[in-house]
Amino acid sequence: MPFIAYLSKRLIALIPTFIGITIISFMVMHLAPGEPIGVQADLNPKMTPEVRERLRALYGLDKPLYVQYWRWLDGLAHLDLGRSFAPDRAPVWNKIKERLPVTILINSLSLGLILLIAVPLGVASAVRQGGLFDKAVTILIFVFYAAPSFWVAIVLMLYLGVDLGWLPVSGLHSLMGYNALSPMQKVLDWTRHLLLPVAVSAMGGLAGLSRYVRSSMLEVLRQDYIMTARAKGLSEHAVIYRHALRNALLPLITILGLSVPGLIGGSVIFESIFAIPGIGQLMWSSVMSRDYPVLMGNLVIVSILTLLGNLLADIGYGLADPRIRTGRHG
Amino acid sequence: MNYIRILLSIIFLFAVQCRLAAAADCPSYGDTIVVGSIGDASTLIPMLASDATSHEIAGLIYDGLVKYDKNLNLVGDLAKSWDVSPDGLTITFHLKKGVKWQDGVEFTAQDVLFGFKVITDPKTPTAYAGDFMEVKTIEAPDPYTIEVTYKRPFAPALSSWGDIVVLPKHLLEGKDITKSPLARNPVGLGPYKLKEWKTQEKIVLEANPDYFEGRACLDRYLMRIIPDPATMFLELKSGGLDWMDLSPIQYERQTNTKFFKKNFKKYKYLSFSYTYLGFNLRFPLFKDKRVRQAIAYAIDKDEIIRGALLGYGVPATGPYKPDAWFYDPDVRRYPYNPQKARALLAEAGWRYVNKDGVLEKDGRPFSFTIITNQGNDVRERTAQIIQYRLKKIGIDVKIRPIEWTALINDFIDKRRFEAVILGWTTGLDPDIYDIFHSSKTGPKELNFIDYKNPELDKLLVEGRETFDKKKRKKIYDRVQEILAEDQPYVFLYVPMALPVINRRFHGIEPAPSGISHNFIRWWVPKDEQKYMTR
Repeated sequence: MPFIAYLSKRLIALIPTFIGITIISFMVMHLAPGEPIGVQADLNPKMTPEVRERLRALYGLDKPLYVQYWRWLDGLAHLDLGRSFAPDRAPVWNKIKERLPVTILINSLSLGLILLIAVPLGVASAVRQGGLFDKAVTILIFVFYAAPSFWVAIVLMLYLGVDLGWLPVSGLHSLMGYNALSPMQKVLDWTRHLLLPVAVSAMGGLAGLSRYVRSSMLEVLRQDYIMTARAKGLSEHAVIYRHALRNALLPLITILGLSVPGLIGGSVIFESIFAIPGIGQLMWSSVMSRDYPVLMGNLVIVSILTLLGNLLADIGYGLADPRIRTGRHG
Repeated sequence: MNYIRILLSIIFLFAVQCRLAAAADCPSYGDTIVVGSIGDASTLIPMLASDATSHEIAGLIYDGLVKYDKNLNLVGDLAKSWDVSPDGLTITFHLKKGVKWQDGVEFTAQDVLFGFKVITDPKTPTAYAGDFMEVKTIEAPDPYTIEVTYKRPFAPALSSWGDIVVLPKHLLEGKDITKSPLARNPVGLGPYKLKEWKTQEKIVLEANPDYFEGRACLDRYLMRIIPDPATMFLELKSGGLDWMDLSPIQYERQTNTKFFKKNFKKYKYLSFSYTYLGFNLRFPLFKDKRVRQAIAYAIDKDEIIRGALLGYGVPATGPYKPDAWFYDPDVRRYPYNPQKARALLAEAGWRYVNKDGVLEKDGRPFSFTIITNQGNDVRERTAQIIQYRLKKIGIDVKIRPIEWTALINDFIDKRRFEAVILGWTTGLDPDIYDIFHSSKTGPKELNFIDYKNPELDKLLVEGRETFDKKKRKKIYDRVQEILAEDQPYVFLYVPMALPVINRRFHGIEPAPSGISHNFIRWWVPKDEQKYMTR
């Protein structure tokens, strides 16, 4: 069973990588100036040295770094991510859990939207390579890519939200009378609120993916078997969609695998601008207040997903392309 | 990002909320006020919270023994009255009877004793234990009396008996306060109670019908968390917010539309803070008082207020805001006067030696760096204006904005700076011992400029031990005179708070304490109510 051996080899290799990631992040995090108690203590006239030391001891900050790391790792081994250093002292997992659904929802919608637009766009550009359409799309997509999304977001909010009053400016749903809405109206309410954030966050991602599809499509279209297909007298439609596209989409598997962690990654800028209570904002405030347990907790989740995403991409590739699975080339 | 810095700079708010006792009924009840906030609350147990939002919300849910009225006088809240023993060591609070927690249990002196026990417990992660460590004994001879004896007379202590130290004993006794569900679902005894809290999204409060000073007029208080100030302003413009604090530029230039004039009313009042240019007095450069005075004369404070605050501020003459009762207007002032500045520098031995336009003394050019926190545009602009003005009298200034945590930990705490532009939140008590007393120059302590003046030291101690308001005023008048003469800081300006509130809210009265002192008596006429909640 070469495939199972391959898989287990890959899985075992993940463990040291993962531990390495946590050690490096733990160290880098502590290199940043300041401490979790800084928010409470810095420049606070009511803070006496005794109280300061007391707080440091409460958070275990008086221990050497390796002890702090060991404690954290020990907790992780028991599937315990610890408690936040923020004043609420909430379990880290609860804090992350309450932010996850929104972030996943918005990121999946946006990824879906990107795929839906980028793939046909990439194919169409490749087929019409060098033509007016290809050039126009290229320019448009790079304009989207280059435009700072926070700026686009604010302009759209100003125009559609304030001047025209068509869409709500921010938030996830209406604040007043939301509970009285019927399920259908609730969905509509959410859609109206999510339209701008999803559209704007998809905008920047279009460029990368559609370029990928375009170049891999171009590559495939140059292959001999495409010429063979055309020579057989197949319709252009069949050539492109049945023969070329399937192979051209192979690199997409890698990209999709790599975007798995991105699904929960969240974006600080977006979530701040649209006032969306997602992971990005949690991370941002945790960084600013040096909330180490929350940072590490999120990091663990993201790194596990990244590693798994990589693995999935490899497996997906293996399934799609036998040459990789067996390790025999040619 | 800007907003974290705003958060950090307003964190050290006064622990005692100001609210006016008004027995009057409301002209009408109902409606909701929607308020924007850049940050979410962290916990609704006040003694554990260190951010402005948590205290803002907790202030509506809890009450303290004392509070500040609209003119910043300390008055009773849960305490009917209090006596101070002649030696100033013992304070006796007489509590109001019949006050109930929001779950119906009666409030007694035991709740205060319990709060005290928790706040002084080494296991409680609170930033507010300092004032309470001064307490020698605390007793409750009967359910409506509290007797606190201090190790030494300590006048600022009175105001520490605000809402941070009153906790429902019946719900918390024997439990770990850091894991208490009360942090998310508080039970207080204030004018509002928590109805709903969605993390990073909104906090909804509902009027407490049994509030001991009478039910609040507005049915609900809804705080929306919008981290981006630009979005918040758009939300205000689209009608989604009723109350927001604006920046000077928004206030001055972006709120003159017909929509704004029709729907919003602008308010302004002096904020509880001042911004200063502080000198690290360990450097020989700043040791000479004449040099510091020369710099003060060379800086045009009005120009800074016009340029950086668009006029929304007043020049500071000392560490207090001008409408506080302890403010002394008759201290030495430093109107813009470059000639006088040059004369003082010449007197101190600074001369032009070569043609580079920079003064020199003993072969050393007069050059220094001002650091400030990055992202605070107003402070960075202030630094630029100062740089420009000091260049004119032959002083070369460099500006270095530094990220907040690095600024505090690597520069201020390690005393590695020459001059700094920062601000202090001014309390409602004149005590500034921690900032200017010579014993407070140790590591992490707040007299980081190393200012030492024996007369001031004596006065600061005396001021803490004096309860009599008139005597205190005299002491702090002298404190202000000394600081004005010595100029360890050049006190630059007191900025204004610039809130806008929807016109449908009536009963708002700006006062020295701001506008929220009578929040529970704000009301909306029946025909103008926007959000129907009943």
